[in-house]
Amino acid sequence: MYKIVRKEVLNPSVSLIEVEAPYIAKKAEPGQFIILRIDENGERIPFTIADYDREAGTVTVIFQKVGKTTYQLDTLGEGDYILDFVGPLGVASHFENVKRAAVIGGGLGTAIAYPQAKKLHSLGVDLDIITGFRDKDLIILEKECAENSSNLYVMTDDGSNGNKGFVTNKLKELIDGGAQYDVVIAIGPLVMMKAVAELTRPYGIKTIVSMNPIMIDGTGMCGGCRVTVGGETKFACVDGPDFDGHQVDFDQAILRSRMFKEQEGLSLKNHQCRMEGMKNA
Amino acid sequence: MPNMTPNKTSMPEQDPNVRNKNFKEVALGYTEEMAVNEAQRCLNCKNRPCVGGCPVNVKIPEFIALVAEGRFEEAYHKINETSSLPAICGRVCPQESQCEKYCVRGIKGEPVGIGRLERFVADWYMKNGKPTAAEIKPNGKKVAVVGSGPAGLTCAGDLAKLGYKVTVFEAFHTPGGVLMYGIPEFRLPKDIVKKEIENLKNLGVEIMTNMVIGKVFSIEELLTEYEFDAVFVGTGAGLPSFMKIEGENLNGVYSANEFLTRINLMKGYKFPEYDTPVFFGDNVVIVGGGNVAMDAARCAKRLGAKNVYIVYRRSEEEMPARLEEVHHAKEEGIEFRLLCNPTRIIGEDGWVKQIECIEMELGEPDASGRRRPVPKEGSEFLIDASAVVIAIGQTPNPLIKNTTPDLETNKRGCIVAKEETGETSKQGVYAGGDAVTGAATVILAMGAGKTAAQSIDEYLRNK
Repeated sequence: MYKIVRKEVLNPSVSLIEVEAPYIAKKAEPGQFIILRIDENGERIPFTIADYDREAGTVTVIFQKVGKTTYQLDTLGEGDYILDFVGPLGVASHFENVKRAAVIGGGLGTAIAYPQAKKLHSLGVDLDIITGFRDKDLIILEKECAENSSNLYVMTDDGSNGNKGFVTNKLKELIDGGAQYDVVIAIGPLVMMKAVAELTRPYGIKTIVSMNPIMIDGTGMCGGCRVTVGGETKFACVDGPDFDGHQVDFDQAILRSRMFKEQEGLSLKNHQCRMEGMKNA
Repeated sequence: MPNMTPNKTSMPEQDPNVRNKNFKEVALGYTEEMAVNEAQRCLNCKNRPCVGGCPVNVKIPEFIALVAEGRFEEAYHKINETSSLPAICGRVCPQESQCEKYCVRGIKGEPVGIGRLERFVADWYMKNGKPTAAEIKPNGKKVAVVGSGPAGLTCAGDLAKLGYKVTVFEAFHTPGGVLMYGIPEFRLPKDIVKKEIENLKNLGVEIMTNMVIGKVFSIEELLTEYEFDAVFVGTGAGLPSFMKIEGENLNGVYSANEFLTRINLMKGYKFPEYDTPVFFGDNVVIVGGGNVAMDAARCAKRLGAKNVYIVYRRSEEEMPARLEEVHHAKEEGIEFRLLCNPTRIIGEDGWVKQIECIEMELGEPDASGRRRPVPKEGSEFLIDASAVVIAIGQTPNPLIKNTTPDLETNKRGCIVAKEETGETSKQGVYAGGDAVTGAATVILAMGAGKTAAQSIDEYLRNK
């Protein structure tokens, strides 16, 4: 059992939990992930490690309520327990020979990109962070990102924060304005990562994306997380989750992400009915 | 006078058309009367050929003689002298190629049902046996066992009985390895596996789940930082092989590992009561001819797929699956498409629609001694498929290999370990089971776990 020692609601659909997991906290590196299972009937789902505290022995994950498990996870609070919590999984990100970088976070992807940004900043890299959200109420980690970068650009689709546009608009503007990036790290929805990779391709800027496909064990055993990279099948759990964005077959990844869409909908609906029933009882 | 009936006492089973809709155990087990009757078929031969066919040398004629006399509890202890998990072996061992293959009664009829008797004795003991509190004197030494499948559990049990403080590290949330995630409930009820694991805990074995060795701790850290005196690696063959054909990443294509794990470990057959879904549709094609392929096919049928096909490139004779599994699969309505091999998987909007296969014929024997299948040119044909399960084998997981530079592995990624001892190239580290041999059987893994436990004991007593 793994105790939730802190919970913070970041926006109406995104929450942060800090979980007691000393062995994982000791080893975790940016880019790695954990898999959790809430209870005996639960499914195993992966979350990128958003932060870790080696002294306190805790690991932080940030999640968005999108399906049954994340809705259920959000019903837990400080002092509650999660049944299973395993990690650190995946290959840690590598940042050799980087002087100038851009980290792009789309929506919840900001939470996943944040530890990498923090690490780059701590290594003295001249770092631009660009984050994008639907509207200003959904903005997360603004303070943290500002503190860990040379420049932070927060974009909103509707311009409600006074900065209208997609992350790709801002990135193009910066590149065309003369920014010489050694690497662009893009983390967010598959369509966003695809758009960033397409944008940087003609400029020849190395672009790293973080894949978060459906997986069960996270140790290379099920093969559910197959991603085609440069024409070869890779397992996101053990070969990734970071891959060369210019080599990833995003169209296939988008199709594969919908594999259980119907069942996921059913599961969420059942959960919500049960919750309603409990409220009305 | 021995019972000279040429056939085995038949095993009560669920009716095929009932059981192919549920996940309850297929074979129901002998009654006491049936067991005694079958035990009396044993001739108690002097040279005991059956024992030589058993990877852990169970004292077969001796335990069967006790069954014949109705002394079931003693029979259990007789088996237990050399085998730790009889309820499991009695169910999943390929007896026809081991003990029963050498049974003298098999010359002029069916061999003695050794597996069925072993299962009977183990089940009888679970229900009626008096737990004997074995006296264990702790010797103050610590051994880490990595992986809680058949090899790890056997090794852990044997070492605990010798007084070692054993900690088992399991990557999944539940111990048992392939016994939990791979073999389905209808062939090996999970309660039996859980009971065997409980028995180990009663011997003082500590089991830590959610621990991926190679990630959270390295083997080196186990030996130094965490002060284990020796380590046994029994991490199995967990990495699924794919065919590398077109369309393999379409939605609806699974590795057998994923398909079976969703169903067995995550209880996908009880979705949405359990959260893990499993998609299958009307037409499920399983590629492969081993036990894993049979398990996947029979699971798909039970989930409600209308047509389930086994596509295998050789003929039935070469199938590596246990005879009983092939027989049960046929009874349950699985259709066999033998001597044909998939060439590509055809999709529509990202989903599997059909699988293209080519007919094969058998040529000259290959390295495995089996006749090599050769494609017949121009014989391609299509099978409608809503899901495809690739069950063509597994190789060892590289997580430990990649994080233990001084652990020697071969070109197939298997850990190099001496067969007689389980010793690896790294001092204090032993290995056994599928991690060493590549995908094999439960009983061979148990045998390797046993051997390693003996060597670890010798090593630590002389250290």
